[in-house]
Amino acid sequence: MLGYIIRRLAIAVIVVIGVAAITFAILHYLSPSPANVVLGTKANRAAILSWNRLHGYDRSELAQFISYLGGIAHGNFGFSYVQSQSVDALFKENAGRSAYLSGAALVLSLIIAVPLGILQAVKRNSPGDYAATAVNFTLYSMPSFFLGLILIQFLALDWGIFPPGVSDTVTSTWQAIVHPSQLFLPIITLALLNVASYSRYMRSSTLDELAQDYIRLARAKGLSQKAVVLRHLLRNACLPMITLVGLSVPYLVAGNLLIEVLFNYPGLGLLFFNALGKEDYNVMLAYTLLGALLTVFGNLLADVAIAIADPRVRLD
Amino acid sequence: MLRSRSPIQGCALTEPRDLPPELKLEQDLGAGALLVPAPSGRLGAGLPDGGDVQAVSSGWRLAVREFASNRLAVIALIVLTAIVLFCFVGPLVYHSDQTASNILAANLAPGGGYPLGTDENGFNELGRMMVGGQAALEIGFFAAGVAIVIGTLYGAISGLVGGFIDGIMMRFVDILLSIPFLLIVLVLATKYNGTVPEISLVLGVFSWLAPARLVRGEVLTLRTRDYVIAAQTMGSSRTRLIFRHLIPNAMSVTIVNVTFLIADSILALAFLGFLGFGLQFPTTSWGDMLGNAQQYVQNGEWWLVYPVGGCLVVVVLCCNLIGDALRDAVDVRLQRK
Repeated sequence: MLGYIIRRLAIAVIVVIGVAAITFAILHYLSPSPANVVLGTKANRAAILSWNRLHGYDRSELAQFISYLGGIAHGNFGFSYVQSQSVDALFKENAGRSAYLSGAALVLSLIIAVPLGILQAVKRNSPGDYAATAVNFTLYSMPSFFLGLILIQFLALDWGIFPPGVSDTVTSTWQAIVHPSQLFLPIITLALLNVASYSRYMRSSTLDELAQDYIRLARAKGLSQKAVVLRHLLRNACLPMITLVGLSVPYLVAGNLLIEVLFNYPGLGLLFFNALGKEDYNVMLAYTLLGALLTVFGNLLADVAIAIADPRVRLD
Repeated sequence: MLRSRSPIQGCALTEPRDLPPELKLEQDLGAGALLVPAPSGRLGAGLPDGGDVQAVSSGWRLAVREFASNRLAVIALIVLTAIVLFCFVGPLVYHSDQTASNILAANLAPGGGYPLGTDENGFNELGRMMVGGQAALEIGFFAAGVAIVIGTLYGAISGLVGGFIDGIMMRFVDILLSIPFLLIVLVLATKYNGTVPEISLVLGVFSWLAPARLVRGEVLTLRTRDYVIAAQTMGSSRTRLIFRHLIPNAMSVTIVNVTFLIADSILALAFLGFLGFGLQFPTTSWGDMLGNAQQYVQNGEWWLVYPVGGCLVVVVLCCNLIGDALRDAVDVRLQRK
């Protein structure tokens, strides 16, 4: 197992370097230097050249990339010339709020999706199962911001239960935690979207397990339906969820982007969105890299976690 | 003699679903195990030399019949066709000015000459939905087309060549797959001009990875089939193998994937439009029309949000339903159950 993890980590490092190279190349192609952003569009050529020389943008692309990689290895993701702050500081400030939003949504969606999927499978082809499948399929086909808009319309504007956006008073992660009503709508929007895909997998994995002999045996020895489901089925049917959660880590980040923009919630997604408009390339590069890192390590974690949870899985 | 993708095509001459399970299994094994000497007179007698054309078409016919028996998918296909007609034929019937804005007629509620009201530029919302739908559907189809062409070729080449080059090609796919799709598209979106071909290309160029993997997997199993080995023995070039034998037989995987790609591209376009990186004004797509949706909702201008959003959801839903049904229709393992 240890050997496997080490090998996967080595591959992960190569993949991350590859991702960094590709994103770096694309951004570099789009804008070779942030000089125009810093000095303004009317800056004269000499000023731009000297700025480039001062900040190392006159070197070859390869040299710039290598020094960028070196920076990353030391936890330095460059400098945001638009915000006049280092990218690490910006990320540190916003990461907690994003993680809280994603994490709360993830936990909530698992709490809903696991029982829902099992219930659908146990009572399959009942009207309730069909209704839940229809709702899930519709949610699955819905752009996240549109679901958010519908929830804003009903829960915030028509019935006035929750505020339509996150207010400016939510400045820290702690503030976000102690004001749950502020974040209710973004969290529920993300959670519902996750439920739509999770419960589909949960339903089909439960259906697979229900056909297994050990379930038939449990029934044959006279266990009640409740005991069969809770003691025998649940643990086995949940195994695919481990992989699914691992795979959906990057979607949580990208999904965050739209939800954070819609509700004006100051997280990494909103940071990236604002960087897009202002051509703040180091922030864009770092956020894309973070997404890739989460993808790679989400996959790795899922594989390792499933091997720990399920002794039948052998990693080699 | 049978260029079959799957054992099921061997018994496509009969109706597999009506047979008792034991018999069906036996037939599947009989036809799938070795196709060359027909196990009974059943296959050999009816087919002339080169009867492969018949066998392939019956495989497709079986898939079509399977698809048609899925009522939900047929409804989805009808609804999708209706929306396509609404977007492309609608403007010929229902004329509205979609190039010049008219501030005096801005933000009108439905009624009068405007069945769905007007937006903040005074455009007729119903007409705008048609034009926006055209762009959304066009980009969906083009992007899926670009992705499927690149993906199929890449996957087929990688699978056929195999070995070290295959390894390198697939690691490259792994790396690209690790980059979150929406983020990299948004990064590129900061610099493009927002025309239909451009956005299609950007979306397509970053969504060929899944089809490439699927086609490669399919090619890996196809290249050990007898007919491919036979073609190789007869001296077919790699190009001929890919275009004549591998790609046509991997078609079922591709077609299923196209529908999902269309759905995903339309969704991605909606995200781009909502974030303000969609088409250049005054051209528009459904996503662009929802760009200020938050404001519309707060102002109570429901006609600018729900008809467009509804269309978007219905189109994506229909594509997903059709894709699911197609997958069931061509998935042999499911049919055999």
